[in-house]
Order: sequence, then C-alpha cells, then structure tokens
Amino acid sequence: MRLEVKNAMCGYGTRIVVKDISMNVSSGEILCLLGPNGVGKTTFFKTILGFLKLKGGEILLDGENIHNWSRKQLAKTIGYVPQAHTPPFPFKVFDVVLMGRTAHLSMFASPTKEDVNIAEEAINTLKMSYLKDKIYTEISGGERQMVLIARALAQQPKILIMDEPTSNLDFGNQIRVLEQINRLSEKGLAVVMTSHFPNHAFLCSTKVAFMQKNNIFTVGNVDEVVTEDMLKEAYGINVKIITTLNSNGEQMKACIPMING
Amino acid sequence: MLKPLELTDSSENLKLKLKNQKKKFEQRKATYFMVIIAALPILAIFISLVIGRYSISLPEFFNAILSKVFESNTAESSTIETVLFNVRIPRILSSLMVGAALSVAGATYQGLFKNPMVSPDILGASAGAGFGAAFGILLSFGAFGIQISAFLFGLAAVTVTYLISVIIGRGNNATLVLVLTGMVISALFSSFISITKYVADPYEKLPAITFYLMGGLSSVTMKDIKILLIPLSIGAIPLILLRWKLNVLSFGDEESKSLGIDTSKLRVIIILCSTLITAGAVSISGMIGWIGLIIPHIARMVVGPNFKVLLPASLFIGSTFLLLVDDIARCAFSMEIPLGILTSLIGAPFFIYLLIKGRRGWI
Repeated sequence: MRLEVKNAMCGYGTRIVVKDISMNVSSGEILCLLGPNGVGKTTFFKTILGFLKLKGGEILLDGENIHNWSRKQLAKTIGYVPQAHTPPFPFKVFDVVLMGRTAHLSMFASPTKEDVNIAEEAINTLKMSYLKDKIYTEISGGERQMVLIARALAQQPKILIMDEPTSNLDFGNQIRVLEQINRLSEKGLAVVMTSHFPNHAFLCSTKVAFMQKNNIFTVGNVDEVVTEDMLKEAYGINVKIITTLNSNGEQMKACIPMING
Repeated sequence: MLKPLELTDSSENLKLKLKNQKKKFEQRKATYFMVIIAALPILAIFISLVIGRYSISLPEFFNAILSKVFESNTAESSTIETVLFNVRIPRILSSLMVGAALSVAGATYQGLFKNPMVSPDILGASAGAGFGAAFGILLSFGAFGIQISAFLFGLAAVTVTYLISVIIGRGNNATLVLVLTGMVISALFSSFISITKYVADPYEKLPAITFYLMGGLSSVTMKDIKILLIPLSIGAIPLILLRWKLNVLSFGDEESKSLGIDTSKLRVIIILCSTLITAGAVSISGMIGWIGLIIPHIARMVVGPNFKVLLPASLFIGSTFLLLVDDIARCAFSMEIPLGILTSLIGAPFFIYLLIKGRRGWI
C-alpha cells in the first residue's frame, strides 16, 4: 500500500495554512513529520485523515484518489492514533480496543465473536493483555497510548497515522512506544507520525518530512534532512549531531542542543 | 518426598480453578445484572396494579383480567374493571413509557455530547414541547391536539437549535456551540411559556397550564398511550440498534470519523430520534425533570458505560423508577402530588450526591 500526496493545499475555511506539499510513504516505511509549532503539521494531518477538506492537489492510495471515499472505506485503510486523552466515561480497556472494529461493522450491528478475537489479537501483539479488564480512564498515560495503538491495529489498516505518539510520556515509555512503532512497520504497516524530537526521527524513521515556516517543505532520508543547519534554521537553536555505535555495531545518530553555547 | 509436592500441586490447581471460576463469574456478571434489571419493571407493575386509593387484591385483579378476557360481566367486578382498565393500567403503562423514553434519551444525549452532565432537555426539546402544550391548552385544543402541538414545538425548538448552531459553528467545536444554542432556545421557549400563562384565563386555562407544566400522568387514557407508542417506537428502535456507535461517538468527532463513522449523518439521526421520544413523553406527561439525567448515571454504576448494555439498562431502570415514583405521587398522600415535583425532590439531592462522590472523574 502506498500513500501519495501530490501538491496538497490544506487549511481551514478560506484560510490556506500550507500548500504544495508532496510526499509518499509505502508499506514498511516510517515517515516522521518534524517542524516547529504552528507550521501546520496538524492541519496537514487532519487533511490526510479527511477531517479537513483538501483545498487543492491530490491524495492517492495506491494511485486511487480518495476524495470520494466513504468514512468506512478510509477507516479500513488508514488507522489514526490520536494523542492519549481521557474520555468522559470509564470504559474498559477491552471495549476501547474493540471500538477499532467499528469500520468493519454494518450500520446497526454490534461486534461479533470474530471482532472480539481480532481485538484480542491486537492486544496480544502489543503484549498488554494484563490491561484488558482495567478501566481506560484509570491507567497511566503511556498505557493509554498503547491502548489507542491497539485500537488502531484492531481496525486492521494498511497505514497508521500517529499524532505525537510520544507526547506526555515519560522517557521509558517514549522509547517503548517507538520500539513498538518500529515493530509494526516491520510487519508491513506504513506509518506517518509527528514528533517534536529530532532524535525520534533518528531512532525510527526511514523518511523525514520537515515543515518550516513560509511553506518550506523538505522530504527525504533522515540523514539528508535532519542536519545541524536544518535544525538551526527551523527551530532557531544551535544543535550538534553526533554519531555513536549501538551494541550491534550499527551507527546511530543523536542530536544535542547546545545550550549557552 | 513426592507426597507433599503433589499436595501443593493440587492446591495450586484448586487455586487456579477458583480463580477461573471467579473470572467466569466476573465475565457473566453483566448478564446476571441485566436479567435482574429486566425483571424490575415486571415486579414494579404488579406492585403498582394492586396499590392505590381503591385497593385491589391480587385475586381480585386476576378475576378482573379473566372476566375481561372471557367477557363475563358481573356487577361486582365492574368497579374494579373501571379502576383497572380505565385508570390504573393506562397510568402504569404511561409512566413506564415516559420513564423509559426520558432515560434512553438522556443516556443517548450524554454519549452524543461526551458529557455525563447532559439531559434530554439540553437542546430545547422539553421547553419547546412544554410551550406547545401550553399553547394548545390556551387555544382550547383537544387532548390529541395538545399532544401534536407539544410534539411539533418540541421538534421545532431542536431544529432551530441545530440550524443556528450549524450556522454559527461551521464545524468548529460543534458540540459546545450546539449546547450553548440549546440553552438559549430553551430560555426563549420558557419565556414563551410565561407569555402563554400571562395571557391565559386565570380561572380555567391558567390552572390547567400550570398543572400540565408541573408534570403528571393522572389524566392519561388508553388512547393517549396508543398515540404515544408511535413516536416512541420510531425514536427508540433506531437508538437501540445504533447503540454500539454511541460508544464510539463519546470519544469525540475526529476519533469517530477516523474509526469509520459518518459523524454528521449519525448525529442528525440520533438527535432526531432522541428528540422524538423526549417530545412524545413531554406531550403526555408535562415537564418531568431529572429522570434523563440521573437514571443513566444509576445504570452506568450498575452495568458500566458500554452503551451496548447501558441503553437497555437505562430503559428498564428508568421505567421502573418513574412507575414507583408515580405510585408515591398517587398513593402517599390524600391529595395527588405532581410527578414533576417529586422527581425533582428525589433527583436534586441525588445529583448533589453524585457531584460529591465525583466517581472516576466524570466531571
């Protein structure tokens, strides 16, 4: 499955926030969307998900324009993992995951035995069956984020869109979520995620899309796009990128902001 | 050496068995609760049939039913029959239906607006229907005319609320705009009600309007019930069928969309259905407050927030609750107490209790 965005123009009402965005992501790839606050990352995201109308250009799935697709059709292909939040009602974790099956149900139907099995499988994939019977509003933020990922998996999409999957998480949980994202892409999902941390791009993405003010949009390989100059230009801070080896002897990159320097 | 080992093994097994059994019970708990909840209205009906100003014993009741069925008319049973079939049974049926309607509408609105503090009158349905009925009484419509008028104005109030909110909101923060507009429209219709009362004939019409607005089921006839059955079934059946989607909707617009729901279409269907049953209930019972707010809470405490079980549970608990409160209204004192006053007397303290308890961050 290949998601392709061609010369997209996105915005609210008559206001255009970003334009001329082109990018693509295929199964097994992770595209990390970086950029300072207020450049229109969320607007772009919401447009791909169909929450906002595309103002110009095209969004294609395997070459097919999706602007006429129904919500149901879209949901079967694109899964969305929002930022973890607290809903007003104390649902059970399992029920929340089961809601991922909604797109596969007919208008008046409730989930069947098969849907229950698929939801259970999604929970097992993420190794969180110990959470199954807990109350969603009472678990930690990191656990909630995992539940939302499980819900998106129960949806059985080809593409996963994640809105700052690591925000509000502690250091350990951030890394665990990133590991999980890597594992999902290895299983053949295409992932698009936003992040505020360039290091996250180094840790798990195959591609990076860098959005800057004044509609500057750069897409490419992590090493090409995330450079010291680029980060300085986008965020207005001095950054050093260093390279080190992990235990397997593979090269890893990380960026360090130069405070007071 | 082997023996004690075996012993511990079997005791481990026993523990595991017990644990499994406990788990099984936990899983079936919801089903057990549902069965008990579904039996509640039946129990309440039997209690309500036999108590009242004119007391009827159970054997007398069965005799009356039998003689009605076999049409063997005896002079004795005719009083009982009149009381049962013309007064008590219509009243029991109507309080069951009104209680069920308001509770289902309340639970639905709470899910739709992602807010457990919402009730069926939030979009102006009650105020609109109340005005419609008052208007009907003012113009001396018949009982049927009053119902139709209540019903149409209830629908009109919600339609106006919805249209204005669409124009103002343009899709941004639709829920908040909708609720705020609903409050304005409710206030507007409340002042229309005041105007109606102000111009009404103080000896005849004004008391009638006031009594209607206080809420009560004392004058309900079998015919009213047959008429009420139409909007209730048209409204409630789709809601019950769509109840799984209500779960998803309570996670908000964007998430529901991403999970494959056409939210704008679904929202219109759900608002129409809940308004239909609210206006239907208000048109025969007057303004009975609090039911739509507190019953979903009680149901949620018992069966949890999953609408798959919450909606039926609200229906059964709500109908039982209003029937029992109506029994108190007609039996507790020598003079009948308006039902709406009683539900407020019970509902307001209960709501404060909920606020204090603040269970699981609902607020």
